[in-house]
Amino acid sequence: MSDVQPLDFSYFPGCSLATTAAESNLSLMQAARILGFNLIELEDWNCCGSSSTQTMCQNLSLGMAARNLSLAPAGRPLVAMCPRCLHYLRSAQQCLKADPETRRSLEAKWGRPISMDLEIIHFMEVLVRYGLDRLQANARRSLKGLRFVPYYGCSLFRPPRLVKEKYFQGEMENILTALGAEAVPHAMTYTCCGSFLSATDPEIVTPLVQEIIGRAAAAKADCLVTACAMCQLNLEMRNTGRFKIPILHFSEILALALGADDYEEWFVRHLVDPRPLIRKLGKGA
Amino acid sequence: MSTVQPLRQEIAAPDRVEAGKPRVSLVAEVNARSDAGLNRCYQCGSCGNGCPFVHALDYTPNQVLRLVQLGMRQEVLTCKTIWICVGCHTCSSQCPMNIDMAAIMDTLRLMSVKEGVAIGKPSIVDFHEEVLRSLEKYGRAHKLGIMLGYKRQTGRWLKDLDVGLKMLARRKLDLIPSRVRDVKEITDLFTCYWRESA
Repeated sequence: MSDVQPLDFSYFPGCSLATTAAESNLSLMQAARILGFNLIELEDWNCCGSSSTQTMCQNLSLGMAARNLSLAPAGRPLVAMCPRCLHYLRSAQQCLKADPETRRSLEAKWGRPISMDLEIIHFMEVLVRYGLDRLQANARRSLKGLRFVPYYGCSLFRPPRLVKEKYFQGEMENILTALGAEAVPHAMTYTCCGSFLSATDPEIVTPLVQEIIGRAAAAKADCLVTACAMCQLNLEMRNTGRFKIPILHFSEILALALGADDYEEWFVRHLVDPRPLIRKLGKGA
Repeated sequence: MSTVQPLRQEIAAPDRVEAGKPRVSLVAEVNARSDAGLNRCYQCGSCGNGCPFVHALDYTPNQVLRLVQLGMRQEVLTCKTIWICVGCHTCSSQCPMNIDMAAIMDTLRLMSVKEGVAIGKPSIVDFHEEVLRSLEKYGRAHKLGIMLGYKRQTGRWLKDLDVGLKMLARRKLDLIPSRVRDVKEITDLFTCYWRESA
């Protein structure tokens, strides 16, 4: 790692990773440090707007996301780990590109330029673009024998106007398979986890989560690995069935493979304890 | 001629179509606001087949489009579907005609709030409003505050109590909110309807 140039990125944590899913953030920071990615937290960032502003007021939704864009320094890409934040930030940039008048008025309001060339990318894209050789060089704990369901939820689905943007389809399998794990096919990889309905209408989400977990259990998976911290929480929180399969956020399994050893700190925050699974991994290696 | 004038005005009540000045149809209105191209829909039903929440909907997404095309304003603006939709974009990803279904749902929700019709799923509006309150105050979502506020709104304190306690025990719900320093920049963005009605 010492001979590898560290790379600078602006980093947008978002509300989930900053609070409820602090374990995803801690493990992401560990993984980034080991790989030589310098994730610089966006100064005074705010919520991306999320589905609630999108539902209640479109101007507010655009304004919230745009403020974050106005805070991003030029010259380095803005990295998000939360797929929803990524979506709202990209949507706002596209919207402001098409509407220079609104962009100018927001710039005047805040006294800061909003760059239309700012590159907004997901951490997995960063990993694949800059980090494949670093990944191989820094792998410390083999994931051999770990059968995982790659769970993208709805994170790869997007409206037709964003279809041409590059996303991270298949990258979870590519990265974790390269680290020795085995992706389990025929599970529910692309089914939405229920998002905010998990808070408002658990009776709609619980059967859906049972189906997702049940299919993973039937495919003899050891765990599900999610791309999104909210999916991770919903799949744990709404699993009332008999299969208590650990749900890991992608950054946790990545940091584990890279040899991070503070995982106790993250795993005590899980509702389904993944530690037995990690002990099994340790024995296998 | 001038004596006829009052009568003509009476006839031209808000819901009547004035000759030569047709009222904008529902479909034209939704299309213009959402830019979703909903006239391309040929009712193949792919959207409904893919929707993970289809069992909880009162109309499948393609039926919602049909209601819009038929101009059934009341039915579509008061339905549950538009509120249950979380905008996961599964339907638009499967649509062979590239219709931006989530944008149509967004538009219909905004229209239903603006027109003040009976909301199909009021508890979901309560939830979104609670999130907005948190965002206005802190610039970020404070989940414990949102859930407590939501419980207060709905009065269902015992529902889900076990899950909430489990999350608290695992330190997944922060007591103290994470907040934006320059919160005035955030509050200035809150100029929409709910602010006055709250």
